[in-house]
Amino acid sequence: MTVDKIPTGAEKLVQCLEREGVEHIFGLSGGAVIPIFDALVDSRIKLILVRHEQGATHMADGYARATGRPGVVLVTSGPGATNTVTGLLTALMDSSPLIVITGQTNTVNLGKDAFQEADVTGITYPVVKHSYLVKDARDIPRVMREAFYIANTGRPGPVLIDIPKDISSGPCDAPFVEEISLPGYQVPTHAPQERVEAAARLLRDAERPLLYVGQGAVISNAGKAVIELAERLRAPIVNTLLGKGAADETHPLHLGMMGMHGTAYANKAVVHCDLIFAIGARWDDRVTGKVDEFCMDAKKIHLDIDTAEFNKVLRPDISLQGDARLVLEDLLAVLEPGETTAWIERCAAWRRQYPLKYPKKGGLRAQHVLDRLHHVTEGKAVITADVGQHQMWAAQFLKTAANRHWITSGGAGTMGFGWPAAIGAKFARPDAEVWAVVGDGGFQMTMAELATAAVHGLSARCLIINNNYLGMVRQWQELFYDNRLSGVDLEGNPDFVKLANAYGIEAFRIRRAADIDRQLKAARSVKGPALVVAEVLKEDNVFPMIPAGAPVSHMIIDPPRHRLEKPSGST
Amino acid sequence: MAAPEPATPAWRRDHVRTISLYVHNRPGVLVRVALVFARRGYNIESLVVSPAAEGHFSRMTITCSGDPATLEQIIKQLHKLVDVVHALDHTGDDAYETEIALVKVECGLHERSEVLQIAEHFGAKVTDYGENSLMLRVYGSSEKLDAIITLLRPCGLRELIRSGKILMVRGLQET
Ligand SMILES: Cc1ncc(C[n+]2csc(CCOP(=O)(O)OP(=O)(O)O)c2C)c(N)n1
Ligand SMILES: [Mg+2]
Repeated sequence: MTVDKIPTGAEKLVQCLEREGVEHIFGLSGGAVIPIFDALVDSRIKLILVRHEQGATHMADGYARATGRPGVVLVTSGPGATNTVTGLLTALMDSSPLIVITGQTNTVNLGKDAFQEADVTGITYPVVKHSYLVKDARDIPRVMREAFYIANTGRPGPVLIDIPKDISSGPCDAPFVEEISLPGYQVPTHAPQERVEAAARLLRDAERPLLYVGQGAVISNAGKAVIELAERLRAPIVNTLLGKGAADETHPLHLGMMGMHGTAYANKAVVHCDLIFAIGARWDDRVTGKVDEFCMDAKKIHLDIDTAEFNKVLRPDISLQGDARLVLEDLLAVLEPGETTAWIERCAAWRRQYPLKYPKKGGLRAQHVLDRLHHVTEGKAVITADVGQHQMWAAQFLKTAANRHWITSGGAGTMGFGWPAAIGAKFARPDAEVWAVVGDGGFQMTMAELATAAVHGLSARCLIINNNYLGMVRQWQELFYDNRLSGVDLEGNPDFVKLANAYGIEAFRIRRAADIDRQLKAARSVKGPALVVAEVLKEDNVFPMIPAGAPVSHMIIDPPRHRLEKPSGST
Repeated sequence: MAAPEPATPAWRRDHVRTISLYVHNRPGVLVRVALVFARRGYNIESLVVSPAAEGHFSRMTITCSGDPATLEQIIKQLHKLVDVVHALDHTGDDAYETEIALVKVECGLHERSEVLQIAEHFGAKVTDYGENSLMLRVYGSSEKLDAIITLLRPCGLRELIRSGKILMVRGLQET
């Protein structure tokens, strides 16, 4: 008879990850996590070694957003752990499920400033959905089960697990845990029927209803229900930056993105609607502009899984707490159509009157490149975007037809997110075409991950929109600060083609409009990673634009001729 | 001479709210609760934590001040914490509230008749009878404690420790 050897805490932890269905871990090692890396040697989980822990968090985040399954990160104590803070914030703000496992000094040394000790649970309280400091190896199975459950139910978010080295190296004979007991944690599903019926009445009575769709609809996969609702009501749809793709943006009733850099016709619909129905969206200040004047005369229905979103920014007439898809399905069961023909025609007229446009002459423009990327990829690629002007242009010109095909950092606006997120998305969905659209500024924050893609021969694409500026900030300085440019010139940028080549990555340059399709297609056909640099006009601006803190009706559609007021009321 | 402070300051009368929390006893829960307030610039006036009747759970009674809209957000954010079972605003509810104060007054043997008179009036018990000091224990509503403290201040009040308010809803309704 053989006696089973008692596993170590680290082995138990890895077994728990396997039981949760984890296939990839993004991580970087160090003294305090060596036992867990050691346990991974015998596991079927694939370890992706990153070059910086922030990259690991964004990869895991991209992985999570591309699939709806939690992304897993494994890093060492102290600086390894603190390097994950930006990634945690990014995931928390956009409700993305992450499991971040951090090594910690031995339990006896906690609080003694031991080598590479940091109070990681303390540092991260404000940027996690929940966290654990494991001080007894027998807690590992329970903690792991709870962490995955918490991360990816209700309103998803990051969960951090801090594991001292003696716990991961010591024995753990606790059994696996199936049952979860979290008396303080409920997962909402359906909204009360009478509220759903009241919402249906408001929708029926509206003459100019508008569906405003956000990340909650992405998470709950509510797209089909949103489209059915729009068709039954004959109501137009707009989405937030994060809601892109929850409902097919190419649908005739879809007006695209709303908000600060949304389409003019989407924002016209916002200004003129008499009912706005927020579906998994939270009236962010980039969406509402000046809140006091936002849809003042319109009825408001707010559907969200998180009650804390009700009455936070504004008071809806009806709040519906629950899962977006489930509540919409309940609503569809009782919905009677209203009469909206005139409204639909008005929206269609705005769409004709204020199309998104850009000059095709006079130098290479980011919009042109992105417009072509959309066509070359037939609108089917998974797009990750970094943060800045290129992000807004990508959101405008790359219409997202399917859910989880658009991934960007919205709430936190984290530069450096785009490229590692694309790597994570490609690991998650190897059969999908994945493109990162990044700026020259943000790319340089996480470009070390070129090595990660190169090592794995990962066919992710990176398109750098190179304007040699921190373009979005330059735009604000030009428009609101008398063009007094301060700290926005990215002189000293490397030659990105040579840089990619140094990693063994094929790279292509677009200098003029005539190069666009050829170079994009060339990049598409590379086996392994490919990089494209578009050398675009340095001083282009994103329009339409609602200046921060201004009412939506103050949208600027064309470049203004005079100086604008400095933004107030919002950053 | 400065004008005497009113027994119960206006901010306490108008803006103080009493919240009770029922929490799962897990490490870090107190910090998480405190951060919900701190991030929104809300003042915690008092905080009492103690084990509940059921093992693994604790009760917190928190009095705090700030604007009502922020409080609504705070209560919801508290509720959202994984370890918080419930968070309820009991301000204005039919609840029994009480608080204890220990007060040390510096006074010689011949100066204490007034202090003792005040103590008797408020039902305070003398818990230490020293040569140069008296210690009183008084309990009751926070307003009552405010009142006795105001009276004792000119009599040589040296130290004051208040337990913070605790509260329990009357009848079978949950606190
Ligand atoms: C980590 C981080 N630092 C600073 C900012 C502020 N910020 C927002 S957009 C932007 C400029 C981005 O420049 P680039 O990546 O070149 O993109 P572009 O706007 O030029 O397209 C900056 C600095 C940010 N969002 N994130
Ligand atoms: Mg740039």
